[in-house]
Formats: sequence, structure tokens, C-alpha cells
Amino acid sequence: MSDAVAWFRDVGIVDRPTVGGKGGSLGELTQFGIAVPPGFVVTTSAFETFLEALEAREPVRAKVEALDPNDMGAATKLSEELRRRVVEEPLPAEVETAILAAHGELGAGAVAVRSSATTEDAEDASFAGLQDTFLWVLSGTDMVQKVRECWGSLYSVESMTYRRKQDFPESNVAMAVVVQSMVDARCAGVMFTRSPTSGDKSVITIEGAPGLGSAVVSGEVTPDRWVMGKITGEISVRDISDKHAKQVMAEGGGIREVELAGDERTKPCLSDDELQQLREVGRRIERHYGKPQDIEWAFDKDGKLMMLQSRPETVWAMKDASRPVAEPQANPLAHVMGIFGGGKR
Amino acid sequence: MSQDKSFPLPSSIKVVPGTEAAQAAYPYYTQFVPEDDEKFWFYNSMHFPEPMHHFDMITAEAAYVALGAFNTRVHVLPTAKGIDHRVINGRVYIGGIAVTDPDEIEERVGEFQNRAFYYYENWEDLYAQWKDKMKALIADAQALPTPSLPKYEPLETTHTGKGIAANHALLDIYQKQIEGYHRMWHHHFEFLLLGYGAYMTFFDFCKKAFPEISDQAISRMVAGMEAEIFRPDEEVKRLARRAVELGVDAHFIDDADIDKVLADLDELGEKGRSWLAELETSRNPWFNVSSGDGFYHYHRSWNDDLSLPFAAFPGYIEKIKAGVDLERPTAQLIEEREQLVADYRELLDTDEDKATYDQLIGLAHRVFPYVEGHKFYCEHWYTNLFFNKIREFGALLAEHGFFGPEGKEDDVFHLNQYELESAIIDLMLAWGIGGTPRGPAHWPALVAQRKAAIEEWGKHGCPPALGNVPDAIDDPAIVMLWGITRENLDAWLEDETENEKELKGFAACSGVVEGTARVVKSVAEMGRIQQGDILVCQVTNPTWSPIFQKIGAAVSDIGGSMSHMAIVAREYGLPAVVGTGKATTLIKDGQRIRVDGGRGTVTILDDEPVLEDA
Repeated sequence: MSDAVAWFRDVGIVDRPTVGGKGGSLGELTQFGIAVPPGFVVTTSAFETFLEALEAREPVRAKVEALDPNDMGAATKLSEELRRRVVEEPLPAEVETAILAAHGELGAGAVAVRSSATTEDAEDASFAGLQDTFLWVLSGTDMVQKVRECWGSLYSVESMTYRRKQDFPESNVAMAVVVQSMVDARCAGVMFTRSPTSGDKSVITIEGAPGLGSAVVSGEVTPDRWVMGKITGEISVRDISDKHAKQVMAEGGGIREVELAGDERTKPCLSDDELQQLREVGRRIERHYGKPQDIEWAFDKDGKLMMLQSRPETVWAMKDASRPVAEPQANPLAHVMGIFGGGKR
Repeated sequence: MSQDKSFPLPSSIKVVPGTEAAQAAYPYYTQFVPEDDEKFWFYNSMHFPEPMHHFDMITAEAAYVALGAFNTRVHVLPTAKGIDHRVINGRVYIGGIAVTDPDEIEERVGEFQNRAFYYYENWEDLYAQWKDKMKALIADAQALPTPSLPKYEPLETTHTGKGIAANHALLDIYQKQIEGYHRMWHHHFEFLLLGYGAYMTFFDFCKKAFPEISDQAISRMVAGMEAEIFRPDEEVKRLARRAVELGVDAHFIDDADIDKVLADLDELGEKGRSWLAELETSRNPWFNVSSGDGFYHYHRSWNDDLSLPFAAFPGYIEKIKAGVDLERPTAQLIEEREQLVADYRELLDTDEDKATYDQLIGLAHRVFPYVEGHKFYCEHWYTNLFFNKIREFGALLAEHGFFGPEGKEDDVFHLNQYELESAIIDLMLAWGIGGTPRGPAHWPALVAQRKAAIEEWGKHGCPPALGNVPDAIDDPAIVMLWGITRENLDAWLEDETENEKELKGFAACSGVVEGTARVVKSVAEMGRIQQGDILVCQVTNPTWSPIFQKIGAAVSDIGGSMSHMAIVAREYGLPAVVGTGKATTLIKDGQRIRVDGGRGTVTILDDEPVLEDA
């Protein structure tokens, strides 16, 4: 078997160059004992093998490097050409065999196919997007097709022009793709292990809605929102929204939207007990990484909690000043002057 | 012209017609004068939610005498002197005296650091010494004899050459008791502001480091050091256990006639009498807990009215027999608190902050036993002895006809403390000269007039504040003791637009519960509380602890996240919202309400007002 495929149980964050951020994170969580839907990563090595085959027929990287990022017409034309090639040209047999074998080993069920970028910048919204995730992929053939589409997204207009503007060497551009068992989610959402509004690290913010988490991530539905004390577990904010629709599996694969009515629309999608479970897992993951996390999660129809993604929170992390909350005092008692001295120390 | 909203001026508050004489009977220095319009005042509804009987005004007076002395002259708080008070229509308004001159503040900062820092540094020793002083003071009060006047002086007065007649003892006892009460308030404030200040320093740090941390999480990191506020409830549990061990538990049933239970136990022989002896041990001192917060003479203690501990016995006995462990898991609570402290510490980014946090939590832990513990000694134990002593004078005066043929001992509380002294002297004089006191002709009409005034004042609301709102409230005493901030005042000014179906208070213990509201005004009503009811009461204190085993949630008018209700609710894991301001007035007994202890809201679910139970 080639190195085209790596199982979650065998990889970690350090393997990011070959399995990408998402693959590395799912591997890390799996190794750490967090419940993650089982799966494997189609590595950058698989991509490289495929790209070599493409290059052998006609250049790819050279064409991208020659692109003028301000010429939108040229970029669109090149994107169409390269994406078509990635999706249509023959895939080297060793790669196809490896990923189909891994898919078989995973079991016959539906899978999610998700791009897993290898660079920090790839975390940027301008680079990775929803189109890189395909849910409810039902057959091996479809799975291979979606892996190609993920690779193809490297040649979207936005991706290519971004790389050109940043002057990134095209030789480093590669993408890993995650293939994992689909969670039949009763409800799903995201969790931040610090406050997105104040940056407070002592709270956890959870957003969730019925159905697949894609509806929450893409903003298709206004999720319920809770703020909990990270340590105490007390729930200080409960914003229960009117959830007009949810995303579910479509016949023949993919997702569709279902209008919600009555109870499911207006009642909280998570019980207090489930919120506490989330908090506990969130704390464990944060502790493991040593910094606040931005996590995707889902409860399946049997009530089992699964983690779909965890990445470091970036917005507040950049603002975190090293300046202390209170200047240290030689005499600890001097601190009380903040109260008694009319606000001055 | 954009005019900020403001509160009415003191001069615009009129005495309720017909109550002018009762108003005039409060001491002259507590009456509003025109100059008071220059100052800002707020209604101290936290300590004095009801119109004040004339005697009970001593509670405000003695407290502000002592508080002022400690702020102004003893610890020398840099920016705040004492708190001035006025009473109108039975309502106590208070206003802080701030220090604003920078030079004076500077001078006071130096003094404060020399004085307060000494206290912080020697806190444990000084607090141990404090407990001895308080116990000695209580022992002195307990040693005072019941005032009485014999027909003739006992023979030993002459045979020992004592040379002082029995009527002098009346004045002696009264003055000692008044003196002791003032002294108690000095002890009360010896540590209080410093204790709160250290806690607030830690509190402020936490709010900066963790902007969304709840008040209750901070208090949980600090509280639970002192066992004394839980002790009365522990004693009830202990007595329940003893009843089971002695096999006398069948006597403790719901709605029992307490006197009959006590008589039955006495007749039962050795086992019954053993239990009665245990009861006596618990009563002194632990049943000296007030059913209110000790600021009114009618906040009686468990010792005065055993119905509350007796209401709790059946539930506890049932649990003991079912093998439920009622022990307060002190070690576990301390372990949880230490874990909480460590967990929050871990979230701090810098070593500097961790160092500061360690210093501040250390100081908060050092001061907190006093903050939690002083109330039992001061507001409960001593205050109970004090009001009961005054009640003894009431009984003596009633016996001598001072309150008319229908007079009762409690009528004495319609006299202010100076009037009471004059009535006592009237009686002493009459006894001495062998004549007739003037009191019986003088007091009954005044008592009737004041009784009517109190009732009348109770029907009238009063503005939450008077005068022009200052730009900033930075008097640490006012912020710490009353939680009054500029934001609160703005909220009060907005009061009219408020949603009458939802009340807001401090989130004291999280969880959401819906149930039947039991609006309970006094201990006497405890029996009405059924399993799962939501307790709605004015104020919270250790007396009510045993009721927490029965209720589903708790709501109070008064109190912050450090109030006793909040502390006990957290121990019992019950949703609680405290300090709603007006739960007992807005919520009707029997209504269904929802308590969200995490958000600090109480929602009235029933639209129709429910007829008051008989």
C-alpha cells in the first residue's frame, strides 16, 4: 500500500505538511481519545502523484505562476481549465486503488469529504470555503470524484489570485483531503472555548441547531446560543432562536434543506446535560492544545457526541496582549488602594 | 434643553397627612432640613425595607454612629467618611459623605495605609481577639437581670450595705443594654469595610481578567470558610438524628403543637428528657438566629418561635431513616473551592497576573471568615438578646399600665430610645416616691397614634432616591455595602418602563425551575410551604436554611450574590435569584413562576392574580 492514505489513528498535528490542518487535528483528537467519526486522509503525497501525472500531459504549476492576479478574465479561464483537468483526467491507479481500499475498510456507509489545507494561510476564509466539504457522499466512485473536486478548489479564481498576490511559490501548493464516516446528526454546531465577544477565556460559547452543522457554519440558520462558565458550568446566556430550517441527507447523496415547524423550531436544540458534555470535551481539547479552540461538533441520532474539527482560535489570540491585568505590587496590600483610594493606586 | 431625569428633592417629600406627630417623634437630627436638598440620598431598602418603629430606629442610628467612626476616624478611608441618615414616613434615607479635596485624600491615604494594612497583616490574631470581645459582650448582656421592681427592697440590700435601691437597676440595665448595643455595632464595623474591600479587590481583578465571569463564580472561589452561618441548620439536623437515635422521632410530625410535643417528651421519661436537654444545648447560642436580618424588633429568633426548626424536623427525620447522608461535606466543599481557584488561575496568561491573583485570593481568603461569620454574632445573637431585653422593659411598663388596659409588651417599640428612658425614669420615680407614674396617662394615645402611622406609611411607596444624582458614586462603602452604582440609579430612573412580568436580580445559583410561588413574609408562614414550592421572601438569613430541603427554587427581594440565600442555595444546588427588589410585592402567593438562576430572572407565568390563601 502506498503513502497516499493515512488513518486518523496514525497521524497528529505534526503531520500537518502531509495531512493538512483538518486531517492533523482529527488525527490528534483521535489519538487523544476524543470521539471523532472514523476516517482517513488522502495525503499530499497522493495529490503530488496525481499532479505529476497531470504535469506530464500539460503544465499546471507553471501556468498558475504565470498568471497576472489582476487579470480576472485570464484567471477565470485558467481556473475553468485546471479544475476541469483535475476532475476529468485519469487518476494514477495506485492512488485510486489506495483510497478505494481505505474507503472499503471504513465500511459501506456514507462519508464526508473535506479539504484539509497544509498552510496556516489556508485556514483563512479567503482560501478554504464551504465548497471544499461534501456531505453524504454515498459511493466509492462519488468519493473519488469529491476528492478530485477538493483538489480542484486549489485552482479556484480566489485561491490562485490570492497565492499570486502573496507571491507564494506554487511548488509548495498541495492539498490533503479528509474522508470520514458521516454523522447522522440530530443537531450540530460550533463551540468556542473563549468568548468571541470579549475574549474571556473563562467562558465557553456554544451555537447549535437541528440537523447538520453545515447550516450553522454557513449561516443558513440562526442557531441557539449559550454562554457557559468554562469551569463552573453555569449557563449565563440562553438565546433560543427561531430555527426555520435544517439540513439533512438528500436522496442519492448530498444535503437538502427541510423547513421546520412547531417544537423543533422553537425549543432548545440541546439539553443542559448535553451542554455540559460539550463543555467537558471542549475543556479537554483546549487543555490538550494549551490554547483556546474553535470546535465543530455533532450529536448523532443516538445521542453520541462527536467532534468534527478543532482549530486554534485566532481572532482574540492575535489581540492577546502580554500586558498584565493588574501591575504586580511589591506589597500585595497595595492592591486594595484600587478600591479605597478612589480608583487610583 | 436636555434635562437628565432626576429624583425628587427631599423638600418635596411630604409627611403623610395625619402622621405628622409620629414623624416629629423621630430624633431631631434625623429629620430632613432644607439644606438636605443639596445632597443625594437613597432609600436604604436593603436594611430597612419596612417603615421603622420608633425604637427600631436605634438600629440605623447605632450602625451609622459606628460605621462613620471607623470610616472617618479609625481606619481613615481616603475617599469616604461616614453615612448620614434621615427618616421620613418611617423610611430611612442615607447619603455618604465623600472626601473630594485631593490634599485631604492624600493625607488620608497615608493614615489609611498605616492603619488598615496593620489589620490586614494581623487579621487572624485580631479576628480571634474580636471573637473573644464579642463573646464577652454577649456574656455581659446575658448576665443582665430581668428588670423588676419588688414591693420592698430585699433585706440584703441593707444588710450588705449595698446602698443602692432596686429602681436604680432599671436605669442601669437599660443603659448597659443600650451601651452594649452601640458597642456591638463598633465591633461589627471593626473589620467589615476592610473585609469587603479585600474581597472587592479580588472581585475587580476577576472581572478584568474574565469579563464574563459571574458574580457567583467569584464568590464561590472565596466563600464557605466559616461554618457558623450553617451551624443553626446543622443543629436541627443533629437534633433530628438524636430523635431517631433515642427512638422519639414519632413525636415530630407536620403541623404539630410544639408545646404539646415538648410536654409529651418531658413525660416520656429519660429518653424524652435527654432529647429536651439536647434541644437546650442547641438553643444556646445556635437558635439565636433572627427570622429577618435582625434590624426590626419583630424579626424573632428560633428561640422565640420554635416553629421553624420544628417544621424542618419531619423532613430531616424521614431522610435520616431513609439512610440519606445529611452531613455538610465540608472537606469536599473546600476541595471544590480550591479546584475552582486553581482552574481560574490556569486561564491567566502571564506570570505577573498569576502572582497578583495569588496575592489577592490569599487576602480574600484571609478576610472572608469575618465577612461570613460576623453576622451570626452581631445581627443574630446579640441583636436577639437586645430586643428581648427591651421587650422585658415593655412587659414591665405594660404591667404598670403604661400602654393602657389592652397594652402589650411590644408596644414599647413605639417609643424612641430616649422616650423609653424617660418612661423608665417615670416608673423609677413613681416606685421610689410611692406615687403614681404619669406614663399610663401619657403613652397609650401616642402608642396608638404611632401604630396607626406605621400602618399608614406601609401603604405608601417611597422614591428609591432623593436629590440630584451625582456623576459618579465612588464611595467604596456605598458601593460595597449597598451595591449602589451609577448604573443602578439609571435603572431606577427607568423603572416605569419596566416589564412587570419579569423581574431581574442577581443570578445566585443556576438552573431553571417552574413552580408555585410561596410568598412568605415571616417564619409563622413557613408551614404553608409544600415540597417543590418556590420560596419568595424579602430577605435571606440562616433561619431559613432548613426550608431549603423542601423548596424547588428561591427568590428574594434583598441580597447580593454573597447573601445567605445565595450561599445556601448553592450548597443545596437550587436555582436562586436574589435582590430582585420587589418579588414579594409583584408575585402573588400561589402564582406559577419560572426562576432562571443562571440569568437572574424570575418570570410570572400566571396572568390571573390568585386569591390569597386564608
